[in-house]
Amino acid sequence: MTATSERPPVTEVGALGWLKKNLLSTWYDTLLTVGSLAFIYWVLRGFIEWAITKATFSTEPGICKEARAAATAAGETAGACWSVVNTNIKVFMSGRYPNEEVWRIWVSLGIVAVLASLTWLIWRSEAARARRWVVIGWLSSIPVITILLSGFSEEGRILPLVATELWSGLLLTVVLAVVGIGASFPLGILLALGRRSELPALKVFCTMYIELIRGVPLITVLFMSQLLLPIFLPPQVRFGTVVRALVGMTLFSAAYSAENIRGGLAAIPIGQYEAAKAVGLNNLLMMAFIILPQAIQKVIPAIVGQFISLFKDTTLVVIIGLLDLLGVAKAVTAQQDFIGLHKEVYLFAALVFFICSYAMSYGSRRLEVTMGMGER
Amino acid sequence: MTHGSSTYSAARHGAVPFWRDVRVLRVIAQVIFVIVVLAIGAWLIGNYRAWLAERNLTFSYRFLRLEASFDLAEGIPFKSTDSYARAFLVGVVNTLRVAGVGIVLATLLGLVTGVARLSHNWLVSHIAGVYIELVRNTPLLVQLFFLYFAVILKLPQLKLRDEITAITLPGPTYLSNRGLAMPWPRSSESFGSWWPFLIAALAVALVLWILRARGVEHTGRPNFSFLWVVIAFFAVPAIGWLVVPGSPLTLDVPIIKGLRAEGGTILSAEYVALTFGLVIYTGAFIAEVVRAGIQAVPKGQTEAARAQGFTEMQILRLIVLPQALRVIIPPLISQYLNLTKNSSLAIGIGFLDLYAVSRTMLNQSGRVVEVFLMIMAAYLSMSLSISLIMNVVNRRIQIVER
Repeated sequence: MTATSERPPVTEVGALGWLKKNLLSTWYDTLLTVGSLAFIYWVLRGFIEWAITKATFSTEPGICKEARAAATAAGETAGACWSVVNTNIKVFMSGRYPNEEVWRIWVSLGIVAVLASLTWLIWRSEAARARRWVVIGWLSSIPVITILLSGFSEEGRILPLVATELWSGLLLTVVLAVVGIGASFPLGILLALGRRSELPALKVFCTMYIELIRGVPLITVLFMSQLLLPIFLPPQVRFGTVVRALVGMTLFSAAYSAENIRGGLAAIPIGQYEAAKAVGLNNLLMMAFIILPQAIQKVIPAIVGQFISLFKDTTLVVIIGLLDLLGVAKAVTAQQDFIGLHKEVYLFAALVFFICSYAMSYGSRRLEVTMGMGER
Repeated sequence: MTHGSSTYSAARHGAVPFWRDVRVLRVIAQVIFVIVVLAIGAWLIGNYRAWLAERNLTFSYRFLRLEASFDLAEGIPFKSTDSYARAFLVGVVNTLRVAGVGIVLATLLGLVTGVARLSHNWLVSHIAGVYIELVRNTPLLVQLFFLYFAVILKLPQLKLRDEITAITLPGPTYLSNRGLAMPWPRSSESFGSWWPFLIAALAVALVLWILRARGVEHTGRPNFSFLWVVIAFFAVPAIGWLVVPGSPLTLDVPIIKGLRAEGGTILSAEYVALTFGLVIYTGAFIAEVVRAGIQAVPKGQTEAARAQGFTEMQILRLIVLPQALRVIIPPLISQYLNLTKNSSLAIGIGFLDLYAVSRTMLNQSGRVVEVFLMIMAAYLSMSLSISLIMNVVNRRIQIVER
């Protein structure tokens, strides 16, 4: 008994089948496909012509002006001049951070990379004992990196002081985002607990704070930290602009952290509270050992999302005059040699932001899968 | 008596010391909290007072009536002799202009892209996907800078050597590095006798719609097609147009005079950049909201409707959309709020919105705290009104749920 099965028609399987199913299933589908192809061709042709075929890659000084003059003389539109990015790459990354001290940034990056890979390895191997050491490692890296980046004093031979005013470029962007999310997290936990508290005074205060901050744009909070902080603090207490921006970021981000954590708290079944009480834990122990660990694990994806949006929002410090990646980019467009090259510079800045936040959101999606968060 | 009941009666007779009584502790905790908050508040205000005294100032809003002595060339007319209060109003109106137009356009863009993302056509859904990912993963301010400095300011001039060099679209609409000039309807003298027809049209359409709804309620079937409501809505003003002498509305067309356009409506380069930037950015987020909403409707609903012989259009209109809307509305509200708050980035490209005008007011008057409170109040009331309106809409939609 040989069951002869007929092969499906060639138009239904393989590449042709895929084409028919996904691109040409009906007449308007075909129309859409043709339109889309024309659109893609139009966009890509323009972009490739500008960014590659007509572009200048040489880094000789003054090449950009020459290239543009040549194009205008020939009556063509000038292509990109990537020299503006190549010659300024150090400026984009670390800005005004002193050249001879840049190794400190690299060492900090190395510490983070080592810790990150250790975390990944240990979380995969499920060695519970080692996890504690990873947490301790992360916590102790905070003072180490802070001291490494800022240094001790101006006269000191080892690690001379680098004032926070000199932190700029991508370095500042990352510092603002990391400190913003890190410092806002404990504050957010307190606010979330306060908002869920049974004590009306606490509840009203925390709710008002959260709603007030969430109702106004980040720029007004930054404005508050820049202009109001010096007014409402005694004259003896003075911070630099970067520190003030950090305060603003933290106060802003805390309200959003609080709402995320509140979501996690709401997802904890009431049985967990009752069981903790039944074992004889008081409120503090119950929160610290039973409720918060579970709540925080539940909100990790939301916190990553918040970090990504905070990372993008750090660009707002340009408006209060700080030189983060975008601030540096804006300054570069005013350089004598590269005046008017906005397209190249802002595209580069956008690309850096895109790579960072896309990688993070991809990572968090993977994290959700590996931690089994997707299936609740 | 057993041991257990004796402790019970002891507790009832107040043997629990007050420092272990939860009710007392709660009150004490709150009192301490309030005292700490008030003390910090008093300390901060004390510092502010010292700051004021040092500069011989007092906290007051009287400066709002003073002459602003700066110019604002955006939105409603403003000259340097106008008051600070009017300057603030200019800012508020400009923010509303951006937010209102932005919300409408972003919703349209988001709807189209969200549906395109779910298209069966591989190319269409991936073009939408690339757009959504690109826009969502780059900061809005970078996009605004790109749009303003690298695109709009690099557009051709309006006119070069007596020759119109701006991008000319039908209308005529001129797109140049000065912004957008386009035709706009203007009311003429007879408009006064025509506008009652507009109200009548609205009333007639409303009555017909209610009659139709009644019919559906009574017989389960509409008495007449919905088309009649639409026809009535357009027919009444059309009749009015013929009755009224002359035409009540004339199309004002932009004309290029010298180096600038006049007539029609002229949108500044900053306004165009900010509005389009916000629309492109928020549109991508709304697209994701729409996609998630449509995907939240179980597939069985579509299949069941198809099995009952609904047409594809009916399935979308009667089965999928009403259910998707319930999921879509709450995140949509927060996107509208985000758009309104994000319009404060205007200052980065020099558009005179609420925040930018306030900064100018502050620099001129030195009234830091007063102006700051005004900014907060303005944004909070805008946020609150959007959430209020949308919550009403939300409740109306959710109530259908069983």
